[in-house]
Amino acid sequence: MSKTAAALSAPGPKLIGYFPAGFPTLAESVEAAVTMCEAGVDVLEFGVPYSDPVMDGLVIQKATEEALANGFKLRQLFDAVKQVTSRVSKPVLVMTYWNPVLQYGIERFAQDLSDSGAAGLITPDLIPDEAAEWLRVSDELKLDRVFLVAPTSTDERAAVASRLSRGFVYAVSTMGITGAREDLDTLARGVVAKVRKADPEQQVAVGIGISTSEQASEVNEYSDGAIVGSVFVRAYSQGGKDALASKVRELVAGLNK
Amino acid sequence: MSESLRAQTGPYFGEFGGRFVPESLIAALDELEATYKAAKVDPTFRAELAELHKNYTGRPSIITEAKRFSEYAGGARILLKREDLNHTGSHKINNVLGQALLAKRMGKKRIIAETGAGQHGVASATAAALFGLDCVVYMGEVDTERQALNVARMRLLGAEVIPVTTGSRTLKDAINEALRDWVTNVDSTHYLLGTVAGPHPFPEMVRDFHSVIGNEAREQMIRDFGGLPTAVAACVGGGSNAIGIFHAFLDDEDVRLIGYEAAGDGMDTDRHAATLNFGKPGVLHGARSYILQDEDGQTVESHSISAGLDYPGVGPEHSWLKDLGRAEYFGISDAEAMYALKLLSQTEGIIPAIETAHALAGALKLGKELGADSTVLINLSGRGDKDMETAAKYFGLIGSK
Repeated sequence: MSKTAAALSAPGPKLIGYFPAGFPTLAESVEAAVTMCEAGVDVLEFGVPYSDPVMDGLVIQKATEEALANGFKLRQLFDAVKQVTSRVSKPVLVMTYWNPVLQYGIERFAQDLSDSGAAGLITPDLIPDEAAEWLRVSDELKLDRVFLVAPTSTDERAAVASRLSRGFVYAVSTMGITGAREDLDTLARGVVAKVRKADPEQQVAVGIGISTSEQASEVNEYSDGAIVGSVFVRAYSQGGKDALASKVRELVAGLNK
Repeated sequence: MSESLRAQTGPYFGEFGGRFVPESLIAALDELEATYKAAKVDPTFRAELAELHKNYTGRPSIITEAKRFSEYAGGARILLKREDLNHTGSHKINNVLGQALLAKRMGKKRIIAETGAGQHGVASATAAALFGLDCVVYMGEVDTERQALNVARMRLLGAEVIPVTTGSRTLKDAINEALRDWVTNVDSTHYLLGTVAGPHPFPEMVRDFHSVIGNEAREQMIRDFGGLPTAVAACVGGGSNAIGIFHAFLDDEDVRLIGYEAAGDGMDTDRHAATLNFGKPGVLHGARSYILQDEDGQTVESHSISAGLDYPGVGPEHSWLKDLGRAEYFGISDAEAMYALKLLSQTEGIIPAIETAHALAGALKLGKELGADSTVLINLSGRGDKDMETAAKYFGLIGSK
């Protein structure tokens, strides 16, 4: 079993936290990632800044734009991941749009990722249909690969994504892009049910729009974890590492109430 | 070439095309593909579209011989396929009417569109008015400034225009924002993509809707102008007007197909939008194609005086045609395009869009290369009214002298 899947299948509610690499600078993003792990996230999602992030709302867009403006380069990612994984034991997954991987070279990217100690990749704009080479390479290196399932996915597509994902399946909670929402859509339950039906053994975590500990708790009632991003990025933007740590602790405390 | 290039359909054009989008959009793309496949062979749909072409757009568009302009093009015979005379002033209406009919068939009451120069936004706002649909147009903030008149046109037509303030604040970012809207509102909304880029089925479908340009022109050439042309030329941003006129000629091996990209400050500078000349294959806006990008795969900002060509990507079918060697692509600088714009205005009394002026500037070079016995068919894809402010500034036309 992958380290990520093992972490998510352990008893109790789970929190997966996102933070963009290179934001606001590379060194600060490493500190932020370590802080989040120490404050209690179960899995860390380290994001690759990309010029055209179509799945992201304004909070993450602004942060990744700033990272790029501050000179983030892809080759620094692996060093940053290594720094995080050498200091914390939590599984670290990299979340990236597909073009940076393509340009770096799929095999080379996977090898460097593996060497850095990362568990694998979350690919928001790579559907299994287009992923032949990534499937092969990630099998060879035993890397996690997380595909998304959406409320609009057919049962068939949900089954394929469940079968091909390793680590967990990313259940898209609602139709939309990243960012906090007051009402977490009940669509999420349906998405998780589709994945469960296709593969009862597979881990499935819910993301998009989760901003409060109540929402994170609710999601954990029927899934293996809540994925939270924009709220953490906003906390960091407003109050730096300390605000980030207290936001993580606030959500974790809410989960374990 | 033994196989028909014209018969090529999506999702892949060689190694280009595909669907590199969030899973949330797949169901909508599947629905669109199925609706389009059914409509394409449905006599009712075809009749509806043909009727709109004839009585709303004003098709077929004429071919005008540019005799005085030809004198500046080495004496080559220059023929203009007049898409500028279509209702709304450009070729964009061909695709918009087709997709608006599909939106109606899918029961979607809201359309969204991206626009650069505003031609596609105006065409979309027009179709929305005609069919009673809600319409939101995303436009880069930079473009809303340089195309203020088109913003007013869209608003007058009842559309909401949203300036996009992220990224480079041009066409590429308008597409990002439209995609984000679509992911969020996919149930009620059709994304009326304006070019032959994007995920399958857009490149194939948008091409098919614009292929009326080449189909008409090929027939007109044979019937009225003594046969097939030596070359067919068009400007290329995303590539919709170019593929529209190229497609009918793809299997005519002796007809050269030439696309002119925006070279901005020049092909020897890094301020251009010449994707097929300087880009590398990669993934942007849902398809694999040539892209202007850095070594990390970050999209590089493009530059052109023409908002409609200011795009760092290009449709996958053009990438395929380039690699096959079936079509050729060259760059035209801002200065060359503006010279051609003025020249056509003053030799033929036709003010072209700045986008189109790139093809005209290309024809000036091409005519000299091919000689007086040749015939060059140019897609005059749009009229220049929208560019008056840019042109007036560029040439210093406003003032007391």
